[in-house]
Parts: sequence; structure tokens; C-alpha cells
Amino acid sequence: MDIWLQQFINALSLGGIYAMLALGLAIVFSIARLINFAHGEIMTFGGYGIFLSMALDFPILVTLTVGIAAAVVMALMMERVAFRAMRGASIISLLITSLAVSEILKVLFQNFISPRPVPISFPSLWSGSYQIGEMTIGVAPTVSIIVTISALGGLTFFLRHTATGMSMRAAAEDFEMLRLLGVRANRIIAVSFALSGLLAGIAAVIWTAQRGSVDPMMGTFPVLKAFIATVLGGLGSLNGAVLGGFVVGILEVLAQAFLLDSLAPYRDAIVLSIVIILLLIRPDGLLPAKDGTRS
Amino acid sequence: MDIALETEALDVRYGQIQAVRSINLVVPKACITALLGANGAGKTSTVMAIAGVVPNVSGKVSIFGQDMTGATPDTIIRAGVAITPEGRRIFASLSVEENLILAGAATTKSTTSAERRAMMMERFPILGERRRQLAGLLSGGEQQMLAVARALMSGPRLILMDEPSLGLAPQMVDTMFAIIEELRAEGISILLVEQNASLALEIADHAVVLANGKVAAAGTPSEIVGQDILKSAYLAA
Repeated sequence: MDIWLQQFINALSLGGIYAMLALGLAIVFSIARLINFAHGEIMTFGGYGIFLSMALDFPILVTLTVGIAAAVVMALMMERVAFRAMRGASIISLLITSLAVSEILKVLFQNFISPRPVPISFPSLWSGSYQIGEMTIGVAPTVSIIVTISALGGLTFFLRHTATGMSMRAAAEDFEMLRLLGVRANRIIAVSFALSGLLAGIAAVIWTAQRGSVDPMMGTFPVLKAFIATVLGGLGSLNGAVLGGFVVGILEVLAQAFLLDSLAPYRDAIVLSIVIILLLIRPDGLLPAKDGTRS
Repeated sequence: MDIALETEALDVRYGQIQAVRSINLVVPKACITALLGANGAGKTSTVMAIAGVVPNVSGKVSIFGQDMTGATPDTIIRAGVAITPEGRRIFASLSVEENLILAGAATTKSTTSAERRAMMMERFPILGERRRQLAGLLSGGEQQMLAVARALMSGPRLILMDEPSLGLAPQMVDTMFAIIEELRAEGISILLVEQNASLALEIADHAVVLANGKVAAAGTPSEIVGQDILKSAYLAA
């Protein structure tokens, strides 16, 4: 019982990170038709924002804000500097542009910050735990679940109940029509990048808090998983991205916890095989985008 | 004659294909100007070029006396233009009300937008009844009404209507044309693109016939109706 609950909390915590990253990818894809391979570097940059703030001895709340803001700024800069000029280009050109952005940023991180991990030490409260009855539950996964749920809830509210959110949903359906109503294309695209940066920044906070360090490749692996999650959920579908993120996270934690030791090296292979089987059953993803606008 | 919209030597190209050749078009204020022609004559290309969403355009477009050549859609919409596009293109996954909210928010402040929304619900009671329904679940006629209401949210002085009768039941077509005449009575200028020429000529003040991307004839409906040019324009394509 105890181990199940423990693993359940771990799965939600990891799945939540993937879900936020996948949702950021899906928002940008659904509006700008861009598969942003540089999304991981947005997250990494958020991590460096936290590192820098800690080095400067900022209070913890300021530190977290700087980390999230750094990710938002990086996302907006990417759009402005690299992707705006490529607007309307084919999906392949955009994809290659984003790969280039990703590689350039990684090299910049390596040369101007450090090729090795730099330490981040969160307050000791973070690594503590608390008791409910017989069970010991970690503070970190609990906080990360609460933060993830709040972020996803806040974003849902934004998309459902604000005029800008409605415009974003409309943009995913028919961007040209939205422009024909007088909505500025640049604004909607910038908002989509800002939201993806915000989610990546929050993910960066949780990720660095758990890992205790930042390196140039930090964002690469979780974002790779988030890509799988968006495809599993249905490319371009926001709900699908979130669901896909949780499914991938849960599968990983299950594989980690319950696989025989001899099979442990095949963990990723086993998780991905399950994803492939799911996609064979549902080729459009678990919750495909309604209007059928897949690439 | 006060002019709402004027194009001079408007050319539209899609890659190698020239869809519209050197079109001169005048839409007088508070009038219905019908733009007629067969499928592929260049009607929709002309409308989209005026609205600013077609990239390869040359020639001059002026709207209420302002030069709008090469302007982006948001500038053109803010100059008082609205569009009900071919195929209606309402946002199917959003509710009726959300379609109107986002259209209002694009161009006006929230109090004006809320007032206009209430006016639309009154003017098109069916939209009021179905405000919380997904727009994609409306009937064709209701969707066309939503498209008109959505266009009116910006308080336009000129509406570009592309095939508003397409796919509608005959009774609904009459309703739609009555609405178009009402809009004219309110002082709104209308460029009405129609395949159904006889219907459009009944309510239009002026008509322009396109064939193969060029203006084949222009004049009042009575001048156009008798001419063979209308028939041949439809048969030519």
C-alpha cells in the first residue's frame, strides 16, 4: 500500500512536468504550426535563471520568479529573432530552424556558462518529508503536484474564460479567419510562446529543485519525453498533450519501480514500446485535435 | 458619389497562376455592389486581396479614401471593414457567445463589445437562444447568421460578403438577403459576392461581372440583366 501511494505520487509529479512541457509544445504547434525543438533550451535557460539568482543570494520567491521569467523571455526572444522571419514557411523549414536554435543555444550555454552542471541548492525544507498516518510523503513531489495542477488549472481558466484565451483556441482552428476579425497575428503568436515559456519555466523550477543542478542539456531529455507525450496525446491537441504527459510519466515510474532488475536497462525501450502499441491502436493519438489539422 | 472601397489595377497571383488581372472596382457608400461570376472567376481572390490576407497583390486598394495597399488585415479591419467569408468559417469548437466575444475583443473595448453582443442576441434571437452551444452544432443558416453577427461586432462601415447564400435552404436565403438589405438601410456599404446572380441582382444597386480574373461588365442591375455578357461570363469558365 505504502509503496503504491509513494509511486503514485512520484508518477504524478514526473507526469506533471512532462504534461506542462508537452502542453507548451502543443500550444505553439496548434497556433504557429511549429514543432519547437528548442523548447528544451527554454527550460534550461529558466534553470540558469534560478542558478544566477541563487548565486546573487536573492530571496527564494524572487529566485523562482526570475527562473520562470527567464524562460518566458527566452521563449519570446526565440519567436522574435528566429521564428517570426520564418512565418508561413513549410513545417520542415520551421522544424530545422528550431533545431538550429536549439544547437546554437546549447553551445552558448556551454561556452558562456559552463559545460558541466552548476549546483542549485534549494532550502532544506524542500527535501524534507511529512507523515500522514503511517505514510511518509516527500515535500518536493507534493509541492510539484500542487504547482502543476495550479498551472494547468490556471491555463485552462485562461483559455476558457478570457477573450485572449478564446482567440488562442480560435487561432488553432482557423488562424486566417482570426486575422480577418482584426486580431493581430504577432500578438497571438507572442502570447502562445509566452505561455509555453511560462510552463517550461515552472517545469524548470520543479526539475532543478529535484535534481539540484543545471547543465546545458538539462531540458533536452524531459522535452524529448514531452514530444513523445504530444504525439501520444494527438499532435496539436492541448488536452491530449496533458494526458500524454501523464501517461508517459506514469509508465516511466511504473517501469522504474516494478521492473525486474535484469530488465532495468530496457526501461525506456519498454515504455516506448507501450507508446508504439497505443499509437497502433489509436494512430491519431489518445485525444486527437478536433479539426484534424495534423501535420 | 461617396466611395467606400475602390481598387485600381488589382492583380492577385498565387505562384505562377494569376487569379485576378487588373481589376478596377468601386463600391459606393451605403449601397450593395454585387460581384458576380462563375467559379474560379476570381471573386474570392479579389475579396481576400482587399482584406489583406493574400500575399502577392499589386495595384491600389483604397478604403474610405485611405490608401490600404499592402496593409495588414488588422489595419484594414480597423479602418471599418468586416468580412463574412466563403464557407462562413465560424469557430466550430467555440460556443456561439465565444465567437462573438473574441470578435469584439479584437477591435473594441469590453463595454462596447458587451453592448454589441447584447444587440446581436436581440437582432438574431436564435443566436441568443443558442449562445452556449458550440457554433459547429448550428445549422447552416444559423452559422451564416453567426458569421454576420461576428462581422458586425467591429461596428463596420463596409462588409465584404462572400457567398452568404451558399448551401442554405431557400427560405434561409430569403432571410439572409433581407438581412443584407437591412444592413444597407443602416448605412453599411456591402460588396456582395454571389454565384446566384439573379438573386444578387434583385437587391444590388450596382453589379460587376468577372470572367477569367477580369472585369467583363459593370453597371446597374438592369443594364447587366439583359446582357449576354452575364450568361457568357458564367459559361466561359
